Amino acid sequence: MTATTTAPARREAANPLTAGQLPLWGPWALIGVALAIGAAVSALVAGASGTDFSIVAAVLIAYVLYLVAITVVSQQIEGGRKAADRLVTGVVVGAFVLALVPLVSLVSTVIINGAARFDLQFFTWTMRNVVGEGGGVLHAIIGTLLVTLWAAIISVPVGIFTAIYLVEYGRGRLSQAITFFVDVMTGIPSIVAGLFAYALFALFAGEGVRAGIGGAVALSLLMIPTVVRSTEEMLKLVPNDLREASYALGVPKWLTIAKVVLPTALAGIVTGVTLAIARVIGETAPLLIIAGFTTNMNYNVFDGRMMTLPVFAYNQYVSPGVQEQAYFDRAWTAALVLILIVMLLNVIARIIAKVFAPKAGR
Amino acid sequence: MSKRIETNDLDVYYGDFKAVEGVTIDIEPRSVTAFIGPSGCGKSTVLRTLNRMHEVISGAWVDGEVLLDGANLYAPGVDPVNVRRQIGMVFQRPNPFPTMSIRENVLAGVLLNNRRMSRSDQDDLVERSLRGANLWNEVKDRLNLPGSGLSGGQQQRLCIARAIAVSPEVLLMDEPCSALDPISTLAIEDLIEELKQEYTIVIVTHNMQQASRVSDRTAFFNIAGTGKPGKLIEYDDTTTMFSTPKVQATEDYVSGRFG
Amino acid sequence: MTTAVQPVAKQRLADVVFKTVSTTAGVLILIALAGVAIFLVAQAVPAIIGPLPGIDGGFFAWVWPLTFGTIWSAFLAMVMAVPVAVGIALFITHFAPRRLAQGLGYVVDLLAAIPSVIYGLWGITVLAPFMQPAYTWLTQNLGWLPLFAPPASGTGRTILTASIVLAVMVLPIITALCREIFLQTPRLNEEAALALGATRWEMIQMAVLPHGRSGIIASSILGLGRALGETMAVAMVLSSSGIISFALTAQQNPSTIAANIALRFPEAHGITVNMLIGSGLVLFAITLLVNGISRWIIARTTVKGGR
Repeated sequence: MTATTTAPARREAANPLTAGQLPLWGPWALIGVALAIGAAVSALVAGASGTDFSIVAAVLIAYVLYLVAITVVSQQIEGGRKAADRLVTGVVVGAFVLALVPLVSLVSTVIINGAARFDLQFFTWTMRNVVGEGGGVLHAIIGTLLVTLWAAIISVPVGIFTAIYLVEYGRGRLSQAITFFVDVMTGIPSIVAGLFAYALFALFAGEGVRAGIGGAVALSLLMIPTVVRSTEEMLKLVPNDLREASYALGVPKWLTIAKVVLPTALAGIVTGVTLAIARVIGETAPLLIIAGFTTNMNYNVFDGRMMTLPVFAYNQYVSPGVQEQAYFDRAWTAALVLILIVMLLNVIARIIAKVFAPKAGR
Repeated sequence: MSKRIETNDLDVYYGDFKAVEGVTIDIEPRSVTAFIGPSGCGKSTVLRTLNRMHEVISGAWVDGEVLLDGANLYAPGVDPVNVRRQIGMVFQRPNPFPTMSIRENVLAGVLLNNRRMSRSDQDDLVERSLRGANLWNEVKDRLNLPGSGLSGGQQQRLCIARAIAVSPEVLLMDEPCSALDPISTLAIEDLIEELKQEYTIVIVTHNMQQASRVSDRTAFFNIAGTGKPGKLIEYDDTTTMFSTPKVQATEDYVSGRFG
Repeated sequence: MTTAVQPVAKQRLADVVFKTVSTTAGVLILIALAGVAIFLVAQAVPAIIGPLPGIDGGFFAWVWPLTFGTIWSAFLAMVMAVPVAVGIALFITHFAPRRLAQGLGYVVDLLAAIPSVIYGLWGITVLAPFMQPAYTWLTQNLGWLPLFAPPASGTGRTILTASIVLAVMVLPIITALCREIFLQTPRLNEEAALALGATRWEMIQMAVLPHGRSGIIASSILGLGRALGETMAVAMVLSSSGIISFALTAQQNPSTIAANIALRFPEAHGITVNMLIGSGLVLFAITLLVNGISRWIIARTTVKGGR
């Protein structure tokens, strides 16, 4: 009985630490009201001017209304400092939602449009002698795989050994120069890499040269800095204790690196390489320049034009034939395939990083 | 299987900075020698020069000679790798290789050097080394699990097993118990007592009780001040060092008056 | 027993080989970069010195409008992307519930993983038609501003649309870097601010933003470097005519160097190839400069701020 009598008494004695505070549901209620008003205004304007109802306009109006309302309400109840905090929270959350809009729109567009030709023929046919409907991307998939494979063959050893040099051997001028120029390399625009590959191969094969290997050279120029950077980070993470333990057992330096340092860092290095591949596999510009485009299958990276998935998507879209829709559909499906490949590589990279990371001691 | 180490007028430098000056010491085979002294006096540095591990630190170099049964470790043409195969080292923090199982850790010295060895010889070596490190009974059922799953003290004994598996002449220990709890420390101290039947052991320690418990002879290092090189102040039988040292600084240090 | 220490033999050889291979790999990178510079310059020289058929004023008069378009579109992209990126980074590091934060980070990283050609497809089919009514409205109501000078584009494929696509593309880059920098704000500074009775926003003003200011600048400039060099999205979205104009929503838009190369190179021959490579060299120089500035800012502040 005493509890019930003391409770109100305690509430009357003002706690000096409490201040005016919006209830938890307050902001949500305001959002609801703002959305309702936004929709109403948008509907009225649409009715008056005879245009369609615009969800975008409704949401925009609601968002601005909410920001104003939450600031004013909070100002009244909680004071100016808290109001500023509420306003910024609203703005920051808005920024995040804003960034999600293109992502959602892009992914859904690609999936919806790409589903049109996501069939067996698409993956088993080339575009040889195909006019209008039908046809497939087998030649482009093979091309992408070959070019990327060669890019990896070139850049993975160079990248990993460079990182080994920088972490295990590098001292003085040379390693500083290499570190600096690897930084420079990360900034090379992809199209410039393509121009370089063209200029290089034009030297041997003459003007107008097109070959898959040129694309591989251009891509490896873009891939090497990523491989070097990620491998370097991973090698630096290997504790020096392990190197010393190995040396103290009478193991030469190169075997220490090959059998202790690299295996310890392996998961991280593989993750880095996978992400680097994911990054270059979608490159279009350099391949457009040096690998060119073709409708035929070409297994030989050293000779002749070679189609790749991104270039295929681009080419189908910008130069459609008579039955436009067939070309657009193929472009979108190629885009979908490309996104799936890139996502797959990203997922693989994350799994490798998680599963194969050495079980850390304490 | 145990050799004598002598150093003659050994100076150690980091770049231009002289870290240790004029160390002349004679370490008997089949004995435990403790290096004691305040932090930064160069005792760990000297220990590392005994198997050329200081060369891992960039800029470190040595003037003078270190003799292993009369052979100079710093003679021209000597491969530090060969030196380290004969003079093993155990570090402050246990450092088993995280990618290897317990068994592979013990065999690391063999496997990493690409030496061939039959399966049964490997099994023998693993058992012998782990028994030598007093670890066999605790891990014999889980030899194929990662070494990082053991407790800190077990990991350190695993590292000792790894070091003795390459059958070195000398075992250097750089504060091997400083990261361990008292019970694990005791286990390691017992182990050192047994190991000295076969190996020459040099141990760096901050713990004076430990030095008095495990060592036959003790070397006291000190430093005159920051920026000055560390020096070997006194070297004698452990009992003498802890009861009737000849130098005042040694007495101050072992009686806990400073450092 | 005294023969124990043997002189060196084969182990050393393997060591030397391994070290040589590693060093060679590093040197190869230097050679490759030198090759990039030399080959591009060699191919560009005929266009830079020689007379160009059908173009008055030589190479630089030809490349200037493209350069303008490149910088203008990248600048517009940064104006849109930087505030949003900083907002997102703040949201992820300081506003989102901790459990969600990492997942949200992945979501933003997804934006970075999407190939540029897909941004191009999206920009041309979704964004451009979507923006077109807004452009019409802007030119009708704000046409007196040079930015919105009429006539409005009928397709929506204007430089503003291209810049929006660029902004979306560089957003994850800037966000990722800012996020890292905000996370590195010394915890003690943050707690000190909160202990003084600051609200979350005041704490961010007092501790997070001052700590991250140079990081925000550096990451923005890195994003700028990316926007300058982006090719396919611009090439596909922008309907260009090679003029110099600040108008955002007009039918006629400046082109960019990268997009111009991508559009013209497949059909190019003779001196045109040299001209395009020359323009690529100009682009390379601009991105080098921009990235250099950014690295310089990062290097300067990490030395100063290092503890």
